[in-house]
Amino acid sequence: MSLIDEASSPGSPHEPVRSPREVAAAGEDARGAVAGAGLPIVDLASPRYDLDAMRRRLEVAGGEEYWRSFDQLADTPEFRDFVEREFPRHAAVWDESVDRRKFLGLMGASLALAGAGGCLHQPEEKIVPYVRQPDGVKLGEALYFATAMPFNGYAEPLLVTSRMGRPIKVEGNPEHPASLGSTSVFAQASMLGMYDPDRSKTVIRRGNVDTWGNFVEELEGRLAGMREWKGAGLAILTETVTSPTLGAQLEDLLKTFPKAKWHSYQPVHRNNARAGALAAFGENLTPVYKFDQADVVLALDCDFLYELPGSVRYARDFVDKRRVVDEIKSMNRLYVVESTPTLAGAASDHRWRVASSKIESVLRSLAAKLGVDVAKTPDAAELIPAKDLGVLADDLTSHKGSCLVVVGDAQPPAAHALAHAINRALGNVGKTVEYVEPVEATAGGGPGTLAELASALRDGKVETLLILGGNPVYNAPAEVDFEGALKKALGVGGAEKAGAAASLVLCARLGEYYDETSLLAHWHLPQAHYLESWGDARAYDGTAGVIQPLIAPLYGGKTAYQVLAVLQGRSGLSAYEIVQSYWQPRLSGDFANAWRKVIHDGLVPDSKSAVKQPGWTFVDKPTAKTTDGAGGKESADDTVELVITPDPCVWDGRFANNAWLQELAKPLTKLVWDNAALVGPATFEKFHLSNGDVVSLKTPSGRKVEAPVWLIPGQADGVVTLALGYGRAKAGKVGTGIGYDAYEALPVDVPYVENVTLAKTGKKYYLVATHDHWSMEGRDVVKSETFDSLGKPHGHAAEKKAEEHLAEAKAKEDGEKHEGGAEPNKGPSHEEKEALVERMRGFKESGEPVISMFPDWDYSPKTIENRWAMQIDQTACIGCNACVIACQAENNIPIVGKEQCGKGREMHWLRIDRYYKGAGGGIDNPESYFQPVPCMHCEDAPCELVCPVAATTHDAEGLNNMVYNRCVGTRYCSNNCPYKVRRFNFFNYTKITEPTLKMLQNPEVTVRSRGVMEKCSYCVQRIDAARITAKKELRSIRDGEVRTACQAACPTQAITFGNLNDTKSHVVRLRESPLDYALLAELGVRPRTRYLARVRNPHPELRIDAVDSPQPGVVPTYEPTKT
Amino acid sequence: MAQLFHPIANAYAKGSILFGGVLAGGLLFLGWAHERSAYVTSQNVVRDQPVPFSHNHHVSGLGLDCRYCHLSVEKAGFAGIPPTQVCYGCHQIIWKDVKMLEPVRASYKTGEPIAWNRVHDVPDFVYFNHSIHIAKGIGCESCHGPVNQMPLIRKAKTLQMDFCLDCHRNPEKNIREKEDVFKFGVTPVSAERAKELVDERKIVKKQLDNCWVCHR
Repeated sequence: MSLIDEASSPGSPHEPVRSPREVAAAGEDARGAVAGAGLPIVDLASPRYDLDAMRRRLEVAGGEEYWRSFDQLADTPEFRDFVEREFPRHAAVWDESVDRRKFLGLMGASLALAGAGGCLHQPEEKIVPYVRQPDGVKLGEALYFATAMPFNGYAEPLLVTSRMGRPIKVEGNPEHPASLGSTSVFAQASMLGMYDPDRSKTVIRRGNVDTWGNFVEELEGRLAGMREWKGAGLAILTETVTSPTLGAQLEDLLKTFPKAKWHSYQPVHRNNARAGALAAFGENLTPVYKFDQADVVLALDCDFLYELPGSVRYARDFVDKRRVVDEIKSMNRLYVVESTPTLAGAASDHRWRVASSKIESVLRSLAAKLGVDVAKTPDAAELIPAKDLGVLADDLTSHKGSCLVVVGDAQPPAAHALAHAINRALGNVGKTVEYVEPVEATAGGGPGTLAELASALRDGKVETLLILGGNPVYNAPAEVDFEGALKKALGVGGAEKAGAAASLVLCARLGEYYDETSLLAHWHLPQAHYLESWGDARAYDGTAGVIQPLIAPLYGGKTAYQVLAVLQGRSGLSAYEIVQSYWQPRLSGDFANAWRKVIHDGLVPDSKSAVKQPGWTFVDKPTAKTTDGAGGKESADDTVELVITPDPCVWDGRFANNAWLQELAKPLTKLVWDNAALVGPATFEKFHLSNGDVVSLKTPSGRKVEAPVWLIPGQADGVVTLALGYGRAKAGKVGTGIGYDAYEALPVDVPYVENVTLAKTGKKYYLVATHDHWSMEGRDVVKSETFDSLGKPHGHAAEKKAEEHLAEAKAKEDGEKHEGGAEPNKGPSHEEKEALVERMRGFKESGEPVISMFPDWDYSPKTIENRWAMQIDQTACIGCNACVIACQAENNIPIVGKEQCGKGREMHWLRIDRYYKGAGGGIDNPESYFQPVPCMHCEDAPCELVCPVAATTHDAEGLNNMVYNRCVGTRYCSNNCPYKVRRFNFFNYTKITEPTLKMLQNPEVTVRSRGVMEKCSYCVQRIDAARITAKKELRSIRDGEVRTACQAACPTQAITFGNLNDTKSHVVRLRESPLDYALLAELGVRPRTRYLARVRNPHPELRIDAVDSPQPGVVPTYEPTKT
Repeated sequence: MAQLFHPIANAYAKGSILFGGVLAGGLLFLGWAHERSAYVTSQNVVRDQPVPFSHNHHVSGLGLDCRYCHLSVEKAGFAGIPPTQVCYGCHQIIWKDVKMLEPVRASYKTGEPIAWNRVHDVPDFVYFNHSIHIAKGIGCESCHGPVNQMPLIRKAKTLQMDFCLDCHRNPEKNIREKEDVFKFGVTPVSAERAKELVDERKIVKKQLDNCWVCHR
């Protein structure tokens, strides 16, 4: 626990909010008090929110107001600060106080040195050619190799950019069905993971450096005994295994050593899904969803856009069914039932908040309505209004064979079985969902569990334990107490120490880091990163791919294949030989050619798991209420339900040392560098909490977690969400000791606990969220529409107004009919309608103000060939952050740390703003909107005019160039930017001392130093590369030839980049959409980045304002207007 | 009261004002001259190399084409410094025992590359691409000077920004016929032909002096 007591600020509701300067001073004092703690604890006066006032305010606004945060709704001084100033007041002051004398001295010195800076001699450099140049290497040009990242066991297919022998950037593998060219945020960030200087560098035996050879010798020494005992006493612990080679090796070992045990554990697992399939079908089958066939989707506690294996593909398929930019006559509809806000919930058209433990009841009620034979028909009315459930059931029934019900992997087996039953009843099997043979390895009838391993360890039955990957000492559920079991078996520490001889003779751990688990093991073996090792893995649908290394292991890392090969008596083999020998008999045709093709393409052709016609053994067995030893304490007043989820950034803790992911604002909470206990408004009020209050959460079985509270809209009442992955004791320089450890409360079967006692501790913790940073002030920053209002000449809001107008006029007319006089009002005139349309669209080219003090740039096709522009589709954006990390990797963007983030100094060129809209749900269940904001590349850019040294200039293609070497750091440009997209290097954030991190930098982009402004460049290095290629061939750059890093990474293709002067380009087509609008168009700066309004597709009968909606069943026609 | 200053003080005052002006101007000039001097630009400075390679001998004497050694000059941003393999290809047969070439033989045998001292080295924030210049018909000679006459390589031009801009704003000055790109001592094309070539090769002059063409 690294929570810091700050008893000095109890914070009463009536306490005046302190000024930031006072706050900073208070922070200084506090810092002094806890010297050495090393954490910034500037308490930014977390205000007590008047939630009722906010609710009233949103009610008055009629649900039409978009808001970013509770601070904005409360209009706190902190929020005003972020809106009105480039950086909040306290952030602009120096970190250390400077007296007048020192200040003058520094001023004089900087004046004297100002000119001298340019006189530095360029150092003499060496140029070192190859001795023998490898084939295919073009000096200074990138090469691309297909590989795959195993994440949570499943393969994420990639295409990795390599420059001069070092991988620097990942993209998705366009030929692989699990990627289609896109990536997840984790794959993007894995590049930093490979160059992480904290990775383990040597073999360590009982605390001393040793060699791989010695380990092999020791393990081989035990082989004879193992053979004699048929493997009794041998246990192998892995994470989820989908690798065909590793699966075959395990199969082989379990044949040689029939008494050996294979266990598998990872915190985010699919055991419940497997058990659910077994219950429903009588066999282990993996569901593969086809969102591209589904018109109606119901997701229950299932973030299929982010958390499932295959989410990247699912997100693409899902969004392709709801893109409303081309001529499209239909749009899918997503219903979500969930306990805590997820990306699926944010993308949904209807969302109900139900505690995770009650999801099964909702499913059962729904199943009963759909005619599935269920155990009992509970009343879910208190969870979801009966009318809503009826509409939902009707909508599903009317889309038989084209709807889909998905349940989260965390839900109990019974819920999965129910979902299978519903999908079957709706005729979806084979259409929107397929059941395939298990993708995960099933050697020896499938792996045992961690709990079984722990009890075997406790009983002294394990002599040799190989832990391949994973980190069970940290991430085992506290209930299992794997650490205690391991310590007991090792005969170290704990109460059992006395006299107990060690039963475990050899415990070896293969891991990327020398972490919590390695610390206990006899042997620690450094594991090769996936970018430096051979291997294979299956994707979500079973498609196998070969993992090929991009670089030789930096630290001599080994693979799980090699460890198991030692047991197989094949210790001399390399991972390449092992993987190749597995595939040799399995590829058809000439092996050499087939193998080359597999490696080149990144996938084994036709290796998708076979689709099975499932049997049907479904009998509904409701999950027994596990009261966790505290029977009868049902819903006491001070209890909540605890829901434990993987962290959207560091996942289960495996990325804890990845600074990119740590500094990445979490999609919905926008918190950085921490995990928090998420609480909804009702619970927040009930327990009289304020943000940052540390609460203690005690489970019925007596386990306790202390965590700081964070208020979030959309949370189910009475549910507190904890995130895994933090509170690491030994993660590395970045990840050690931040946040709290939620594994303390994690149960074994399902990741939620009921009847958890919540108590305030009186402590405070400083959490940093970036949701108010870079706030824009203006009209209609976010725009949205409903699908059924699209065919109308003016959007839904306008229509509503017009109808009110008409009704009013009619009433007036009726009243005044006989009195004559006033001219009857016939509703809005044509001109008024036109104006409304214009307003919905923002300012179109023709309607833009023509009077301008800006230079009159000529961008006609005659003058310049390319007029770059970006279009961002807010309907497609799911807020997954992949673009943000892709941009960071591509453009050498530094990280700044939590303290700097708190001052609004994070450096991401591309940010994703998250907005809420009240619409009926108020602050309790609002709609969520995502808006990625890069540089707008204004044609009349306000930043350019104020730069005193012309460091930011306009170029012929209309790009807003930023020249680092001219920049003197006045920050005028940033102050003048209405979109707040410019980032300033307050410190030398990229000062790299570790040689491996130097290798990470993209050589095509300048590494910026202190005192320099930077911003999104539309990936000008990619434009330049395409331009040079095109110019060499004397042709124009083709549409789609330049793909910005964010665009390439985006799983849903929400970002389009292209040439406005090419009338056939995709971006031009999107611009013609009536949904097209510009941010802050009223400023007339003519931004090149524009947006497509978000389109939602609520059910007509469930719409809050259903009165105004058109008749259900009428399919709206929609044709893009040509301008 | 007596005069504090002798009348000559006026002359001193005027003189020192004048001198001050001259001094300031002189300092500025010195600064400018310093920046332009070979001390800063390394123009025409010969650097010691592990092997005293003579372009003069290999190009003028033997008639080797630039591309024989600078393999990727037409294809990639880097022109490419020849791998040891290329040197050794000939020098395992000719001059195979000469002491001067010992580093080449050693490199080939040990696999340890030869570390040359870089002569043409633009700053790291300049992204120069050879291939596009070759494709548009800018001769090697335009930036590298008469390499065929250099016994030891040196930087013939300053390679400072004004040198680049000079041509980027007026490419007609240096543009050549395709077949002349790798030749030395070529007579410049006529002004009309230069204009023609610029149009033919679709060189967009208004774009060439944009910052992001070279910096990013």
